[in-house]
Amino acid sequence: MTSRKAAADGRNVEMIVFAVLMAVMMVAPFVVYPILLMKILCFALFACAFNLLIGYGGLLSFGHAMFFGFAAYVSAYTVKAWGLSTELGILAGTAVAAGLGLVVGLIAIRRQGIYFAMVTLALAQMVFFFCLQAPFTGGEDGIQAIPRRALFGLIDISKDMSFYYVVLAIFAIGFLIIYRTIHSPFGQVLKAIRENEPRAVSLGYAVDRFKLIAFVLSATFAGLAGATKTIVFQLASLTDVTWQMSGEVVLMTLVGGMGTVFGPIVGAAIIVLMQNTLTGFGEWVLVMQGCIFVLTVLLFRRGIVGEIVAAARRRSDAVGREAATEG
Amino acid sequence: MFELLGVPPQALMGQLLLGLINGAFYALLSLGLAVIFGLMNVINFTHGAQYMMGAFVAWMLLQYAGIPYWGALVLVPVIVGATGVVIERLLISRLYHLDHLYGLLLTFGLALIIEGLFRQQYGSSGLPYSNPIPGGQNLGFMFLPWYRGWVVGFSLAVCLVTWFTIERTKLGAYLRAATERPDLVQAFGINVPRMITLTYGVGVGLAALAGVLAAPIYTVNPTMGANLIIVVFAVVVIGGMGSILGSIVTGFGLGIVEGLTKVFWPEASATVIFVIMAIVLMVRPQGLFGTPR
Repeated sequence: MTSRKAAADGRNVEMIVFAVLMAVMMVAPFVVYPILLMKILCFALFACAFNLLIGYGGLLSFGHAMFFGFAAYVSAYTVKAWGLSTELGILAGTAVAAGLGLVVGLIAIRRQGIYFAMVTLALAQMVFFFCLQAPFTGGEDGIQAIPRRALFGLIDISKDMSFYYVVLAIFAIGFLIIYRTIHSPFGQVLKAIRENEPRAVSLGYAVDRFKLIAFVLSATFAGLAGATKTIVFQLASLTDVTWQMSGEVVLMTLVGGMGTVFGPIVGAAIIVLMQNTLTGFGEWVLVMQGCIFVLTVLLFRRGIVGEIVAAARRRSDAVGREAATEG
Repeated sequence: MFELLGVPPQALMGQLLLGLINGAFYALLSLGLAVIFGLMNVINFTHGAQYMMGAFVAWMLLQYAGIPYWGALVLVPVIVGATGVVIERLLISRLYHLDHLYGLLLTFGLALIIEGLFRQQYGSSGLPYSNPIPGGQNLGFMFLPWYRGWVVGFSLAVCLVTWFTIERTKLGAYLRAATERPDLVQAFGINVPRMITLTYGVGVGLAALAGVLAAPIYTVNPTMGANLIIVVFAVVVIGGMGSILGSIVTGFGLGIVEGLTKVFWPEASATVIFVIMAIVLMVRPQGLFGTPR
């Protein structure tokens, strides 16, 4: 009973944090460059989608850039060449990412652990070569000058300031759906599979189906993030489908805290801001990212948010013990 | 000479030879990965960077110390292998009690650091390394450059020696025993941690050796390892890491398949190995030579 109450308390705290975060983000563009904020939001959604898979399903995908980047290409192409409206373009990219997630998921969930990581990485590289060679992606040039058409034919998004709130809304919707998924019975089964797969099998759960659904969901939201990013920057390029991009989302989630609700957001903000500050330093960005990887894995594997949560829990445990001895 | 499906035999044989060479690199690299994985349960993501280091150290030895190719062939695996030993002792050994995924993340970070440092220092355009055995022999149906023949022959020999050492010698028996039950082997008085360290060093040395062999064929550049390692991962998934001979056969075989694809359908040559991987996963998830768990 107490654990259920604690879980409910935890959810309340999480919702309060989310509300505060949203309030801050509402006023943030008056202080900070909106393009940078939109970039952070897109990567935060990307990392949250990735976290659904690694943090709650225990599946490390090393190829998530394929959903992010391919959705970006699809949105860019449908909006620019087919003249689709912005919202339909984003939806098209997201839908194609979901379809790709289904195909890749069916192949990848046949192996576990390290092999799963290698398989997703290899399949993502295949998507990369496809994007490099297919005529519609524009090869090395990518797709440029994607128009920002009025949303639903009504809302003018040509100004960064107005589009910012649309991106914030997309992020909020994506985050809340992922959050709901994590705390649903489905999410509980996913966690059970992460903790002990043979036991989940013996309890009669169709483990592969749960993994596949989680994979498709994760791919879908990664696609939504990529499709939105392409409209923000009005550009789709090969950068977004490279293995380096897959590595970056792993890094963001790891730094922020795998399996924590807000970790991916914190991690995404840190990495994007770091890249932004270090743009003049050339390849040192790569070295820095590598160092952060190594240090995080060696010193604080729970990530920033994970360590904060653990510290808070230790404190409340200590308080609880004190209360128990006094009472 | 005969003509096959409208492809002149020279072109076919030339691509087959290129395929064999790529296959030699796949085999050497996947062999090192398999040996490391067998004992440490760590997928060494740094492997590609260590292959690149091999090529670079060979270039540096020639440039700064005047040591030619043949000297590099001996020295480079030792030097790069030694850096591997340091990495294992200082970093990787701290993660053995954790989920294997952390080993993958750590070595991925190391790969980024190494690649970034080399890119910062040498740019990404590539440095030339002159061919130590120029010339070749016209075999009638094709022209065989001596160096390429040497690469295929030598790497095959290295693969077979490695296989022999692991499967047929006493040292290899210790190694295989430690793969199965490290605790029991340690109880018999064998220093398993030291064996793990040395195994990692040898695996890294094999990657560096492949790098030296590659230096005269491809230009020496910091990104040469990153793209190759992903293909090697696919090779490892196809072969399964259960058997040493399996990784050798798969490596060479896939190199040849890739070479043939380059003749008949050039656009698909970059992706053919990944497609084969997907098919193998659907039909035989444990890999061609793997054992189901």
